[in-house]
Amino acid sequence: METKSIMIVGVGGQGTLLASRIIGNTVIAEGYDVKVSEVHGMSQRGGSVVTYVRYGEKVWSPVVDKGGADLILAFEPLEAMRALPYLKKGGKLIVNTQQIDPMPVITGAKEYPAGLCDTLKEQADTAVIDAASLALEAGTIKAVNVVLIGVTAKNSAIAKEKWIESLKTTVPPKFLDVNLKAFELGFAAG
Amino acid sequence: MKALLLGNAAVTRGAYEAGARVVSSYPGTPSTEITEEAIKYDELYVEWAPNEKVAAETAIGASISGARAMTCCKHVGLNVMADPVFTASYTGVNGGLVIAVADDPGMHSSQNEQDSRHYAKAAKILMLEPADSAECKEFTKQAFELSERFDTPVFLRLTTRISHSQSLVELEERTGGELKDYNKDPAKYVMTPANAIKRHVVVEERSKAETAFAEATELNTVEDNGAKLGVIASGITYQYAKEALGDKANYLKLGVVWPLPEKKIADFAAKCETVYVLEELDPFIEEHCKALSLKVIGKEAFTMLGEYSPNLIRKVILGEAVEETPAADIPVRPPVMCAGCPHRGTFYVLKKLGLTVAGDIGCYTLGSAPPLSSIDTTVCMGASVSAAHGMAKARGEDFAKKLVSVIGDSTFIHSGITGLIDVVYNKGIHTVIILDNSITGMTGHQDNPTTGKTIRGEATKQTDLKLLCKAVGIDSVRIADPFDVKNFEKIVKEETAKDEPSVIIAQRPCALLKTVKYTGRAVITDKCRDCKVCMKAGCPAITLRDGRPYIEPTQCNGCGLCVNICPFGAIEKEDA
Repeated sequence: METKSIMIVGVGGQGTLLASRIIGNTVIAEGYDVKVSEVHGMSQRGGSVVTYVRYGEKVWSPVVDKGGADLILAFEPLEAMRALPYLKKGGKLIVNTQQIDPMPVITGAKEYPAGLCDTLKEQADTAVIDAASLALEAGTIKAVNVVLIGVTAKNSAIAKEKWIESLKTTVPPKFLDVNLKAFELGFAAG
Repeated sequence: MKALLLGNAAVTRGAYEAGARVVSSYPGTPSTEITEEAIKYDELYVEWAPNEKVAAETAIGASISGARAMTCCKHVGLNVMADPVFTASYTGVNGGLVIAVADDPGMHSSQNEQDSRHYAKAAKILMLEPADSAECKEFTKQAFELSERFDTPVFLRLTTRISHSQSLVELEERTGGELKDYNKDPAKYVMTPANAIKRHVVVEERSKAETAFAEATELNTVEDNGAKLGVIASGITYQYAKEALGDKANYLKLGVVWPLPEKKIADFAAKCETVYVLEELDPFIEEHCKALSLKVIGKEAFTMLGEYSPNLIRKVILGEAVEETPAADIPVRPPVMCAGCPHRGTFYVLKKLGLTVAGDIGCYTLGSAPPLSSIDTTVCMGASVSAAHGMAKARGEDFAKKLVSVIGDSTFIHSGITGLIDVVYNKGIHTVIILDNSITGMTGHQDNPTTGKTIRGEATKQTDLKLLCKAVGIDSVRIADPFDVKNFEKIVKEETAKDEPSVIIAQRPCALLKTVKYTGRAVITDKCRDCKVCMKAGCPAITLRDGRPYIEPTQCNGCGLCVNICPFGAIEKEDA
């Protein structure tokens, strides 16, 4: 199998790191070689964050290059737009609708681009997901990342049960029910 | 058993399996997790030291006394520990001694892009460079073996992409590393000139033996694919090259990056028509090749700047351009202080007062970014206090009274205290603000001497910052809450006006600490006159909606700073 590349983008503090680790654990359980590249330190402080998951028979580079992502999971529309050059031709983009203004927008130096999700749809095969609403429906806004994992699972070649097993090993037992619900809602929306 | 491990965690695992007993470090991205992970192993004594020099000396002492020991740092941390490390090269070791250093090409979280390999050459210390997590573990174990075999400290060089990517690692048992006998040996461990002259002879002999080892070891591997193209690479660039070129190239993968195996390199180059040296940052291997009169292509085709990538290698070597969607012209998203960050109150006041601010290394360096735009200088750990002192001495009293230095609690202990002693001793008068947020923030919440807890969370003596400043001769030390902006502003004005040096301890814990429980959230009421003063605080939760300030409820954590800032009492707290 050719190496698959997933890119997870968002804003520091949104839980992208956990999402990349859940995806990583799932593909390992499938017996693949895997590399997960993370970002720590300064950029985590509310800045753009990017993590990569690559899996296949043998994975060399832990990072995804421009034009190399089979799937981009974007926790925020502006970050989806920023990551778009990394999407492979024919790749899939999943974008959460929750807008978070960056500091240049807050200070008024720049404007948040209008109609981003529509623009993204025009440029790529895009699934637009209101993950915050679905997470609330599941029981907590904190489950946004698990909703998006559900959407990712729907768009992957890996069986749904494997994703659920991986979730069970990653999430603390007392939050399992709400997270399973969030996963199902994401899966159905994907 | 196989596990998906961060490169850093794999280094820790390697140290554990190799029987290491002591780990002492100061946190620094991207190296921090090596030491943090060590608390998972009861067999390891592990500590956060006040700075890298102390950490290295602790590890050196442990090694001399017979234990396998490790110290870990980021590239600039190696500058801080350089003094003991250069001489430890002369003393050699008793128990194996490993110095893990993580470079940060691309400066994801650093103030410069220096290449640590130069230290290996300069200090004449063997350096290994792993290319994935499995090698991180294996090379760490080898590093301990080699340290004892050649009687030398050994560097383990990492880069951000190796430290911070996870890949599969085979876990093994802990073996070896028994405490060796300790015998007094001043000729080896007391580096007076007379002894050091003799030890230098040993170092040079050792270097020759290490070079012979580098020629023979399987850590340096040749992969012959019968290609005309040859690639010499180590660490992450080896992975990028394999990704980009596959079996279109022959590879010389260097696991030992110092000393370099001259014959092995020359033999490899002789069998290829064209040879590229792929290395991020400086042309370290390339210059060595060129000194051997080998025709290799390196920096003239690539770059000294930032990171390499498979696409870059495809483009340069294969002439392939990847079809890309052009980047959209959209607003950047720089890192910002979190909602509820205690530093925001401090910088809001400093900006308002228009003071010159000598800054330091930590989350609060973000006080340089708009809209707070407070910080004038950031050089290295501890440089705020001493640089401000230099400014004050150069420009005189009037300037000094409009000048402050700002430094975090951990950074102050790291190397700010020596600057403060200089200020007192040499009759400086500027005001130092210690940003005491009860934790080492930027690197992800490490305890330090001011928190009263060890790395394992055990209670310990807490360094009292106020007493410490008093003890070095600061008469005026005041503690203030930076969220009480009116009082904080008053105190800053009073202290900077004084004809003596002073310290303000701006005390409020990091909002991300579990012990900090802000409740509710702030809302803007009808009393708002749209003056936008609240927006000058640069809080990520306060944004504009329809041209007026609006507090985003999902971003607000209810810290209440904006309530204190609003001149019209138009912001109120409500239950979430």
